[in-house]
Amino acid sequence: MNNNQVIQTDLANVLTEEEILEINQELSHVPYKSGAAIDALKIVQKNRGWVSDACLQAIARHLDMSSEDLEGVATFYNLIYRRPVGEKVILFCDSVSCWICGCDRIKEKVSQKLGVDFGETTSDKKYTLLPVPCLGACDRAPVMMIGDDLLTNLSEDEIDHLFADSDFGGDK
Amino acid sequence: MKDRVLTRNIGPDLEPTNMAAYEKNGGYQGLKKAMKDLSPKDCQDLVSSSNLRGRGGAGFPTGMKWSFVPMGDKCTPGHKYLVCNADEMEPGAFKDRLLMEYDPHQLIEGMILAAYTIGADLSYIFIRGEYIVSIKRLRDALSECYEKGYLGKNILGNGFDLEMHVHPSAGRYICGEETALINALEGKRANPRAKPPFPQVSGLWGRPTIVNNVETLCNIPHIIDRGAEWFKSLGAGQDSGTKLFGVSGRVINPGCWELPMGTPIREILEGCAGGMQKGLELKGFLPGGGSTDFLVPEHLDLAMDYDVIGKAGSRMGTGTLIILDDQTCPVGMVLNLIRFFAHESCGFCTPCREGLPWTQQVLLNIEEGRGTEKDLETLAFQINYIGAIGNTHCALAPGAIEPLQSAMKYFREDFNRHVSGHSCPYSSVSKTSLKKPGVH
Repeated sequence: MNNNQVIQTDLANVLTEEEILEINQELSHVPYKSGAAIDALKIVQKNRGWVSDACLQAIARHLDMSSEDLEGVATFYNLIYRRPVGEKVILFCDSVSCWICGCDRIKEKVSQKLGVDFGETTSDKKYTLLPVPCLGACDRAPVMMIGDDLLTNLSEDEIDHLFADSDFGGDK
Repeated sequence: MKDRVLTRNIGPDLEPTNMAAYEKNGGYQGLKKAMKDLSPKDCQDLVSSSNLRGRGGAGFPTGMKWSFVPMGDKCTPGHKYLVCNADEMEPGAFKDRLLMEYDPHQLIEGMILAAYTIGADLSYIFIRGEYIVSIKRLRDALSECYEKGYLGKNILGNGFDLEMHVHPSAGRYICGEETALINALEGKRANPRAKPPFPQVSGLWGRPTIVNNVETLCNIPHIIDRGAEWFKSLGAGQDSGTKLFGVSGRVINPGCWELPMGTPIREILEGCAGGMQKGLELKGFLPGGGSTDFLVPEHLDLAMDYDVIGKAGSRMGTGTLIILDDQTCPVGMVLNLIRFFAHESCGFCTPCREGLPWTQQVLLNIEEGRGTEKDLETLAFQINYIGAIGNTHCALAPGAIEPLQSAMKYFREDFNRHVSGHSCPYSSVSKTSLKKPGVH
């Protein structure tokens, strides 16, 4: 109970002015504050990479929601991260067309190069590896995304090459 | 195909279109015609008589869907909404991405016309967050539309007002279900809603709402501009218009092509995709994405029409074929699909939340050589129980069962060999083992 109160009193300073402005912008499009819940989570995540407990509680308070209710929303969606992630998230497609085209071998290679399995972050905090529903590029399978970039027709050699070069993946 | 309609601005040598390029090739003619000469009722009649059917998978007649929206005095005062379902996440589907990345204005023109027809004043493009390029190009295109007066107040002097927003989603396959999508747009968990009430009368924020697929909406400008009879004449079989067909799997030339509705499957697989890669034979295929029943080589000469594929025991779905070759394990393929659907279950109803992971575990046992005759009986039970319409809250779980039930029918021998041989007969050529359930 005490802990809770401490967090509550600190909430005022959790979100930045810019974040609050951006969330308020979304609020102007929706008839109820909770309607902007997912947008607000995404705004905070865009700036911080993930949504911490303190951020979640601050957003909930800003939207007149209980933090439990907002947590239910946040944990439903696979692109909202409730744990810290690396600088870049790798969204690895393991759906059917990629599977037929050998994505399991590619996945093993990625895991081996980065030393992580699905749901884990590399020790240098550069990459988090996550599976993702079919990325809609099945004619170029196997595919994955690194940050905002879609990489297609993946081969094991290419994975070697990709993660040998630490400069990979600037903002294109 | 000589007369491409939806992809006339799309090709390997063509740049993504902006406003100028889109208009130069006949773009926004449908909008100009409608704003000047056609009432919403005229547009509704045109789309109804064109026999356009929804391209998202269900094939529901678009004109009929729109006709359920209350119009004029029959509608209580307030907003009506038009939502584009751009949440392409069906395993094996990759057609809407193409339309949005390369010709975003075509979708927007279709949406303006659809909104005009149903009297909507607010519209959203609900798009999966991973479609980074589509999101950017759609936003750029929307800005061009506001500058031109194709969106905003009093569009082209007609008195019609419309706002349009791009809404990137935060993920989950279930958002493709239209009432789940509406819940996601409202900032809630994307559990599907009970129907009735249908979204046409009570959708987003409880107001009349139409949700249409990207490809469906891309057809609208052409129907308005060139007429229902012309549209019907495009089809080669029973259904109207053209369709984006895709092929993925181990074929020579995987890709996406616009062809007349009713094109024979053989023409798509062999003519466009170049047939199987060297050393591989066709064993079967899912005609319309991951939640459709397998068909087999004897079906190759069937027309890709909704009813023809339906009579053969499957669904045309998204029209994107997934090819199973003779060196890929059918049990492994179905396991991959069931694992996908088990993971993507929203968790609302028991047959889906509990039944799909159970089915996944049974399939994993069989694939890894631990399966028994009893497991095959369990699968038959699950097929009947989960697959039955009415046992589940929405169509996700019955859709998941479709590839399993047809694999058990056509590839039963493969299931039996896994059980009797205590191993996967394809393992020497397989692509290493699948993830165990529960890891993600």
